[in-house]
Amino acid sequence: MTSRYQIYIFSFLLMGIALGIMAYKINILGFPLFSGEKKSVWNIEAKVTFKGTKENAFISLALPVGQRGMSIHNESASSPNYGYTKAQRDGYTRGEWAKRKVSGKQTLYYSIDVIRDESYVPPEQEEYAKKSSIEASSAIIQAADVIMQDAYEHSADDASMAASMIFAFNQEDDSQAIEMLKRKYIHSEKDLRDLIVMLLEEKKVNLRRVGALELIDGHKNVSLKPMMEVYDKGKWQLFDMYKGKVDKSDRLFIWQRGAASLLDAEGVKDSDVHFSITESVLSARNVALIKGDEGQISFLDFSLFILPNESQNTFKRLLLIPIGALAIVLLRVLIGIKTSGTFMPILLAMAFMQTELVPGVVMFLVIVSTGLIVRSYLSHLNLLLVARISAVLIIVVGIMAMIAILAYKMGIQDAVNITFFPMIILAWTIERMSIIWEEDGVSEVLTQGSGSLFAAIIAYVVMTNEIMQFWTYTFPEFLLAVLGLIILIGRYSGYRLSELYRFASMVKRS
Amino acid sequence: MKLAFPSELRRLGLLGMNARNINYISRYNDRSFFPLVDNKLKTKQLIKKHGLQAPELYGYIQYQGEIKNILDVLPKGKGFVIKPARGSGGKGILVINSREGDCFIKPSGEKLTEQGIKRHVSNILSGLYSLGGKDDIALLERLITFDKVFEKFSFEGVPDIRVIVYRGYPVMAMMRLSTSESDGKANLHQGAVGVGIDIATGKAISAVQFNRPVEQHPDTGVNLSTLEIPHWSKILDLASASYDMTNLGYLGVDIVLDEEKGAMLLELNARPGLAIQIANEQGLLKRLKWIDKVADTHQNRDERTNFSLTHFGGVTED
Repeated sequence: MTSRYQIYIFSFLLMGIALGIMAYKINILGFPLFSGEKKSVWNIEAKVTFKGTKENAFISLALPVGQRGMSIHNESASSPNYGYTKAQRDGYTRGEWAKRKVSGKQTLYYSIDVIRDESYVPPEQEEYAKKSSIEASSAIIQAADVIMQDAYEHSADDASMAASMIFAFNQEDDSQAIEMLKRKYIHSEKDLRDLIVMLLEEKKVNLRRVGALELIDGHKNVSLKPMMEVYDKGKWQLFDMYKGKVDKSDRLFIWQRGAASLLDAEGVKDSDVHFSITESVLSARNVALIKGDEGQISFLDFSLFILPNESQNTFKRLLLIPIGALAIVLLRVLIGIKTSGTFMPILLAMAFMQTELVPGVVMFLVIVSTGLIVRSYLSHLNLLLVARISAVLIIVVGIMAMIAILAYKMGIQDAVNITFFPMIILAWTIERMSIIWEEDGVSEVLTQGSGSLFAAIIAYVVMTNEIMQFWTYTFPEFLLAVLGLIILIGRYSGYRLSELYRFASMVKRS
Repeated sequence: MKLAFPSELRRLGLLGMNARNINYISRYNDRSFFPLVDNKLKTKQLIKKHGLQAPELYGYIQYQGEIKNILDVLPKGKGFVIKPARGSGGKGILVINSREGDCFIKPSGEKLTEQGIKRHVSNILSGLYSLGGKDDIALLERLITFDKVFEKFSFEGVPDIRVIVYRGYPVMAMMRLSTSESDGKANLHQGAVGVGIDIATGKAISAVQFNRPVEQHPDTGVNLSTLEIPHWSKILDLASASYDMTNLGYLGVDIVLDEEKGAMLLELNARPGLAIQIANEQGLLKRLKWIDKVADTHQNRDERTNFSLTHFGGVTED
């Protein structure tokens, strides 16, 4: 009895470990459970252009750190002949390019992939915008005071004050005060943002400047959209300068925070930075792998995905064998199907995977039946076993070549895949079948032959199942669960389905 | 096609293949003793050592080179049997009833040349009939002349008695009668008739062919219920002795009755089939469980055989 409990504990442990790792990969690493799931990867490319002035050039670009729910991957800076470093300046990350004696038109690229990742939390930047003061006439200061007072009175907290101020600046019929400020200071969205930030800072509102990008596929040469974040009710809230408060939706990517300039360029002229955005829709698994890359998740360093593509494809097939074995175990232990050779059906199923089912079955039948005919002649020749099997093997190869050539002539391309049949196994199958034929008669040949074929077809169906293919490859630990299940079935001492038929006559009689 | 409910089979105490493998064979048959029964040459030597009766071994052939001398080993002008030491399920057994000049006559009347015999032996040696295709040994045995009692009951082949011995107790028995369909072989799935034999009396209970009940032998037409096996207690004793010899707790013992020499141990099987239950119209489990309860109370094989004789007559109830 204790061994029985050991089996239970052991197999459930295996299944538990497998399901645990799968759950971890799905929930934490973002692997999808099914192959169909798709995810967007946004490639954002910053293109810095400038003209060299034959002086030493130094370019510094503010870099993003990601935001809550959006993580950054595959960061790359392509900049021929430039020295590139990433540096921390006043708590912000900047990419810095340097080169001596630059002349002519220059272009630098910096690109990242952005992936939506619910669990991602970026390093928080708590620094508030530095105060900036505007030299202004008393009339304008007065006007600003009016606007501020108005916004202050029409609001309950910092966030609603910011909203109300943005609203005031976006009215169709502006008040006189706003008209005056607009005319004097506001020539762009950025000016509007800076002015509103300045006014709000007067009211001791905690806020910071933000440069964001709208994630729209195919956008080229766009600039950062000036926005701001207001700290209220314990969190940062994002404001659009025209629309007011916006949800920090998944369509916005914050490139830069704080008052520092986006681009600093020394020793060059006409410097500018533009952004292009491309969306690619990848399978969720590949997205999870991009996230897992870069050694961030050491767990994935030991996954099959680190292998070269070619070996990955081999393993894809290898990993399906246990699934086929499980099918055979079920068929033999629970159903009671007779097969000739325990795992011959799996090898047959793997051949079917290459040839497709129907052509595979036809080819199998042709090879085996032709082989049986030839073998019946060989049995008259009185050969030693090894020689005879080898003769059958050569015949099998010959038949396969014949089928391939004939079928090709007839325009059936699939038939060339016949080479995937396991020849030696087929030769043995023919040998065994012919012995069974001689000893037990045709009916036993048909029973075992059709049993093997049936088992092979079932194994084929299971092994070509998309979910199984996806699981074994994406979650190789799933095989531990298969192992646990097989161990469990290995202790099944109940009746087989075939026995319910075999012993049925006894029930009637008694 | 009709299926039985598992609960009905359980009520009848039927032993299934999975339960046999897990609960009986792997528990009571130690792997290390398997070669004793899987290799018939070793079985023969063991039987000799224990002084039990078995068909005489003329000799054996182990290497292809020895085949050419095969006729020197075989007795002149008599029948004989060639079997692979590691064959299973009766595969590769060649029975020669008599010789006519250069020809060897099979029970079916088919004639075989010396070449045919040698080819068969060569096949055996190269492992054609052995499990996993391993090299094998061919045994040359004396042909059994079976007891006249069975003359009407068998077609061409030698009828044998299969006794299931559990922990030394004979639990169930059947006689296997060859038919024309089974090609003279006493193999149930090849079409031999299985006759359930009452352990207490040695008389027929019921008979099946291809899992279906039969009343008469399909070839000879004899009423199978009239079958009664002589020397019954001797047969059970031989079966029980096989346990002491092999230490296999779940054992199939095949016994033949020779006209001159009586009960002889033909073969042992560490994985006996389940068809015996159909021939006996009852399951094995109730008897096996009964034995589990009393196994320690009997000291030797006489006591065990006596227990079986007194308790396993008719249908065993819970």
